[in-house]
Amino acid sequence: MAFDKMELRDTEVWDGNLAAAHALRQCQVDVVSAYPITPSTPIVEGYAKFKSDNYVEGEFIMVESEHAAMSGCIGAAAAGGRVATATSSQGLALMAETLYQASGMRLPIILNIVNRALAAPLNVNGDHSDMYLVRDSGWIQFDAFSPQEAYDLNFIAFKVAEDHEVRTPAVINQDGFMTSHTAQGVKTMDDDTAFNFVGEFKPMNDMLDFEHPVTHGVQTEEDWHFEHKARQHNDMMTIVPQKIDAVFEEFAKLTGRKYNQIEKYDMDDADVAVVCMGTSVETAREVAKEMREKGIKAGVVGIRVFRPFPFMAIAEALKDVKAVAALDRSAPGGTAGALFNEIAGSLFNSDSKIVLSGYIYGLGGRDLTKRHLVDLYTELQANADAGKVLTQQQQFIGVRGPKLAYL
Amino acid sequence: MSEMKKIKNLKEFSTSADRFEGANLLCPGCAHSIIVREVLNATNDDLVLAASTGCLEVCTAVYPYTSWDASWIHIGFENSSTAVAGAEAMYKALKIKGRLKQPDRNPKFVAFGGDGASYDIGFQWISGCMERNHDMMYIVLDNEVYANTGGQRSSSTPIGSSATTTPSGSVSYGETKNKKDMMSIMAAHNIPYAAQVAPNKWKDMVKKIQKGFATEGAVFINAVSPCTTEWKFDPKDTMHLTDLATDSLVFPLYEVIDGHELNITYRPKEKDIVPVEEYLAAQGRFKHLFKDQYKYLIKEWQERVDANWVYLNRREEARV
Repeated sequence: MAFDKMELRDTEVWDGNLAAAHALRQCQVDVVSAYPITPSTPIVEGYAKFKSDNYVEGEFIMVESEHAAMSGCIGAAAAGGRVATATSSQGLALMAETLYQASGMRLPIILNIVNRALAAPLNVNGDHSDMYLVRDSGWIQFDAFSPQEAYDLNFIAFKVAEDHEVRTPAVINQDGFMTSHTAQGVKTMDDDTAFNFVGEFKPMNDMLDFEHPVTHGVQTEEDWHFEHKARQHNDMMTIVPQKIDAVFEEFAKLTGRKYNQIEKYDMDDADVAVVCMGTSVETAREVAKEMREKGIKAGVVGIRVFRPFPFMAIAEALKDVKAVAALDRSAPGGTAGALFNEIAGSLFNSDSKIVLSGYIYGLGGRDLTKRHLVDLYTELQANADAGKVLTQQQQFIGVRGPKLAYL
Repeated sequence: MSEMKKIKNLKEFSTSADRFEGANLLCPGCAHSIIVREVLNATNDDLVLAASTGCLEVCTAVYPYTSWDASWIHIGFENSSTAVAGAEAMYKALKIKGRLKQPDRNPKFVAFGGDGASYDIGFQWISGCMERNHDMMYIVLDNEVYANTGGQRSSSTPIGSSATTTPSGSVSYGETKNKKDMMSIMAAHNIPYAAQVAPNKWKDMVKKIQKGFATEGAVFINAVSPCTTEWKFDPKDTMHLTDLATDSLVFPLYEVIDGHELNITYRPKEKDIVPVEEYLAAQGRFKHLFKDQYKYLIKEWQERVDANWVYLNRREEARV
C-alpha cells in the first residue's frame, strides 16, 4: 500500500511539535521508535495520526520507555535506514545511556528534544536542563527558537547527520510550550521538495546487508577507546561544522531561509550583547532594538549549533563588544552556567577586552520578560563603561526572595 | 518461508558452517558457546544477532576482533531485546518500501542475554518486546549469576547458592530467595512460543529453536548454561552438570505454546531421575549446604523440585 502525499498550504499555522511531526513525515523516516512525554508528546501523537491516515509508510513502534525508544532507534539505525524519535526532560535523562551508545556507534539518528526542566521538584515546563544534561553525549545539537525553525532544522539535521563523512546523531532542541505549544505561521515545503532535499537514505555498515556481516557495539579498553573518542571529536571539530555550513547554504538556496551556527542580531557595532538560546533569543532581539532607540548599542547572539560549539564564531562575533552576558536556562549546580563557561572559553585567549557576566534565568518555565532584559542591558552598559563587571559574575533573574549573586 | 535445516546426527551438526567462531575469550568449559553454536547451526537463514553486555558480549567482540560471521549488535546491559526489535522493524520498513539489498532472504532476529541482563536489568525491555510480539527470539543464557562481573547474585540465583553479594558464612546459607520463574512470566505475555532448553539435550533444543524460527512473532527461550567458574566445577564436566540439571528435574525441559499449552519435552524415566542432592553436591556454590545446620535446605530443594514437576505435569494434562 503506497502512502499518500499531503497537500500543505504555503504557510501553515503549526506549533513546534506539529512542525516537527510534519518534518519527520516528509523525511519519510523508516523507523520511529518512541515513548510519549510532556511536552514532546504531540510529536509522537502527530506522527501516529499520520501513520493511521496512511501518510507514513515506515514502521512506528510505541515502546515501553524512553530508554527502549532510543534502544530501538539504535537497532533500527544499525540495520540501515532513516530513524527518528522525540522526547523531553526525564525521558531524555532515562535515555541518556543510549545517547552515548548511539553516537559512539556513529548512527545518524534524529532526536527532537522539547526542552523541559528536570525534577526534583517535578516540573513540566520549559528550561534547558535536559539540553545541558546530554551536551557532552557526542550528538550534534541544533537549537530552534521558533516552530518554523523546529521544522526547518529537522531537514537540515537529517542531511548533516546521514552524510557518510559525518555519521553522527543529531538533536533538534525547541523550548517546551513556548515553542512546542505556540502556534505560529510556518512556511512549508511540499512533500516532494522536502524529501528531495534530504534524499534517499544511503546505508553504511548496515546489518541488513547479509553479504557483508558487521559487528556493531564492540568493546575497547585502554588500547583503543581513546583513539575512537579522539577521532570522533576530531570529526566534530573539523568535518561537522563544514557540513553544517554547507547544508545551511543548500537549504537557503531552496527556501530563502538562511541559518548560521550563531545567529547575530545587530552585532556589527554592538557595545553590549546577550548570548542565549531558545525563545529568549526573540525576546532579546526585541529588547535590543528598543535599547538602541535609547542610545545603547545592543546586540544578540543566538546559539543555533550548541554542539559542536562554535567557539571561533563566538570569539569573532564578540571581538569588538565591550560587555556580554551569557544567559543560562539551567540550574548550574555549583558552578557557572554552561554557556558562561563556553563563552569564557571562546574569549579567554583572545585579544578581546570584553567583560563577561552570567545570568541564570527561566528555570521550570519562569518567564523572561522584556523588563528583565532592559535591566540586563542597562547593567551591561554600566559594565562596558567601567571596563569591568560591576556586579558579581553570576546573578539570577526573576527568582523570588533576596537577590542571588555569586562568584 | 525458509527451508528447515535437516540435522541427522551430532557429527553433522558439529561440523556445520560456523557463524560463531571458536576464536573467542569464553572460559574453557563455558556452556554459552555450546548453546550459541546450537542455536546458530539450527538454521541456514541469515541472522541478525544482538547480545546484552555480559560474558558472551565481552568475550566475542573485543575490537579489532569479532567472533561473529553474521550481523551482530551490542548496545548495553539491558537492551539487546529492543536492539533486535528495532532491527526487525527496519527490516519490515525496508521490505514494504522495496529497499532491501537482498529481498529474497529470510533473516532471523535473535537476541542473547545472561540471566542478569534478562531476569533483572533488561526485564522491562524483554517484556515490552514480547508484548509487542516482534518477530524475534530472545534467548537467556541462564547461568544463575552475574558471571561476567565476578559472581554477584541475580534474581535467577537459586536459594542456598553462595554468590559474592550473598555469600555463605557462619550465619548465612547464601542466597535466601527462590529463583524467579521467568518462563511463566514470559509465557503470560501470551507469546506464540516459549521454551526451556539445555545444551546436553541438543536434539530437543534444536527442535525448539527451529520451531521458534518457524514461529511468526515473539519467542522466548531459557537455556540453562552451567558456569564452570561460578558454579565451581571442573571445566571438563559441563555436560555432566547439564545432565544432572535436566535429569534431576531442577531444569525441566518444556515448552509453552500461545501462553497456555504446556508440553514437557524431556521426561526421564523414573529410575533415571537423579536426586537433587547429587546436582547440588557437584557444585562448589552449594558446598556449605552439606553442613549439618543447612541440610534441611537440601530437603526443601527436593520438595520444591518435586512440586514443580507435579505442577508442570498437571499443566500439561490440563491443556489450558
